[in-house]
Amino acid sequence: MIKFLKSTFEKLIEGTLFLSSTITTLAIVLIIIFLFKEGIGTFNQTPIEDGFSLVVNKNNPVNELTANEIKNIFDQNITNWKTVGGKNDSITLFNIDNIGEFYSDSAIGENFEFLPQCISDYTENNPGAIAFVTTRYTGKGFTGKILTTTKVNISQFISQKEWFPTAQPAAQLGVLPLILGTLWVSFGAILIALPLGLATSIYMAEITSPKIRNILKPLIELLAGIPSVVYGFFGLVIIVPGIQKLFDLPVGETALAGSIVLAIMALPTIITISEDALRTTPKAMKEASLALGANKWQTIYRVIIPYSGSGITAATILGIGRAIGETMAVLMVTGNAAVIPHSFLEPVRTIPATIAAELGEAPQGGLHYKALFALGCILFIITMAINLIVGYVSSKKKYNAR
Amino acid sequence: MEYIITTDKVNLFYGESQALKDISIDFLPNTVTALIGPSGCGKSTYLRLFNRMNDLIDNVKITGDITVEGENIYQKDTNIVELRRKVGMVFQKPNPFPKSIFENVAYGLRVNGVNDMSTLKEKVEFSLKQAALWDEVKDKLKKSAFELSGGQQQRLCIARALAIEPSIILMDEPASALDPISTAKIEELIYELKSKYTIVIVTHNLQQAGRVSDYTAFFYLGELIEKGVTKELFINPKNIKTQNYITGRFG
Repeated sequence: MIKFLKSTFEKLIEGTLFLSSTITTLAIVLIIIFLFKEGIGTFNQTPIEDGFSLVVNKNNPVNELTANEIKNIFDQNITNWKTVGGKNDSITLFNIDNIGEFYSDSAIGENFEFLPQCISDYTENNPGAIAFVTTRYTGKGFTGKILTTTKVNISQFISQKEWFPTAQPAAQLGVLPLILGTLWVSFGAILIALPLGLATSIYMAEITSPKIRNILKPLIELLAGIPSVVYGFFGLVIIVPGIQKLFDLPVGETALAGSIVLAIMALPTIITISEDALRTTPKAMKEASLALGANKWQTIYRVIIPYSGSGITAATILGIGRAIGETMAVLMVTGNAAVIPHSFLEPVRTIPATIAAELGEAPQGGLHYKALFALGCILFIITMAINLIVGYVSSKKKYNAR
Repeated sequence: MEYIITTDKVNLFYGESQALKDISIDFLPNTVTALIGPSGCGKSTYLRLFNRMNDLIDNVKITGDITVEGENIYQKDTNIVELRRKVGMVFQKPNPFPKSIFENVAYGLRVNGVNDMSTLKEKVEFSLKQAALWDEVKDKLKKSAFELSGGQQQRLCIARALAIEPSIILMDEPASALDPISTAKIEELIYELKSKYTIVIVTHNLQQAGRVSDYTAFFYLGELIEKGVTKELFINPKNIKTQNYITGRFG
């Protein structure tokens, strides 16, 4: 009887363990599926908001425009239909707000009931016209042609240089500046954090007395526990004005400020992991080096660092991983201008900062909303690649001294 | 004949506990001296005095005089790097660096400022030949030292120690982690190296001490119980503890 109870109990525990691991795995998989489902939805949509249309003269041979072409037309960078594959005819922009200039109030009707006719009339009389109008004005009695807009595609999404998802008439979804911004800030952070972190970990692992090490290590680990918004606040109050004064800039919110804040945040990861790696160097190997007449420094850079190379690399990559995904602090100090950066002293905008800043104002299910999920997918792919690299580097056959 | 290493009333303390008590032994050049005794008797600690490897441990206090080639090596201005060039060391477990075979042997030269490739090649080859390893590795000098067998690794470590041309070689149980064939090779090597170097070897293996050494010192609980010519000490020990140890009553 007791035996039976015992085996039932064991089965119960086994079942509980199985259940919890299944739930965890499922949750992760579901999150990823959700992310990608929403993200991929971006590429099924046109960059023109639902309920609006672009209309032209019915004889205009142009049938389809891309988001970029629409933007250039409305910014008057493209002024001839020839540029977008039409006839040699100049483009006339028609704004619905100016309809009063062309038609009298009575022609339009009291409740705008004749507006479709007016628009038809206008497009018919101006062969080069293009108008951005509400779709309901293109219904009954409309004689112009409604243009289709090219759907957002993945190569455009990644290579376009403009991120302006709320632009009218067509949303501009180019994530290149965001990807570059993310990479710039992270790269700068690593440039600062790696030498500092490596130096600190070498100091802690090899040079200082255990006493100081026992004070330093918890302190550095404490750094990892500070909320990122506090780092952002610190950056905003100290680093940003500092950079502004130091380089005599109009604004201090730059990629450099982001890099410095991120570097400070990545330091605990880099230091703890590489220090652990340095300390795994067998004592015998250090002794062998010293016994051959090498001094402390020679031993450190000729034996200890090469021996713990894979650990240091893993530490660095994990540090980058943290930097790339970091949101709040970066959002606060980088200035958030979605332009391709040319130097560290320019504002940039990173992917996570974009998501955090814009998701609240993007209508759910809309193009903007989905585009932000697509950004999340890109971020996910980048960090996953980083994790895979870490796995590969740290599993690389370690030189085992027997 | 002049002694190459002398130790006079050496005491060593790890914090409060005393690991060596009044040890006085002198070593003749071109001899092999074996330090024997049960574990924890202080023989390795004693060996590590000669190249100041004990410096790496915190809280060590040493009294007494230790000279190498006539110089007191525990003075404030002693050049430890210089000392360690003169006094090479081979450790208990083979501990090659995570580098190629060539770079392992060249390491000591490189850290001492030799970077000329032809000199390096020449000395690496010479050292590997001395360590009886050249024929086995001459075609794979660029390979990682970890690809060698344990015995080969240990001979590599000996070659590495020989490359900087020391006059003394300390061996801390150099064959204890090796199989009998590799052990025999190391012992043979010790015998050959004697003509050029002074060797001090710590060993647990009494037969090994009997085979390779000219002199033997028996340590017990931090004290030097007996020292003398190996044959005499083994055949006719003067102290009862020595006798008990070498006849296997304890140890």
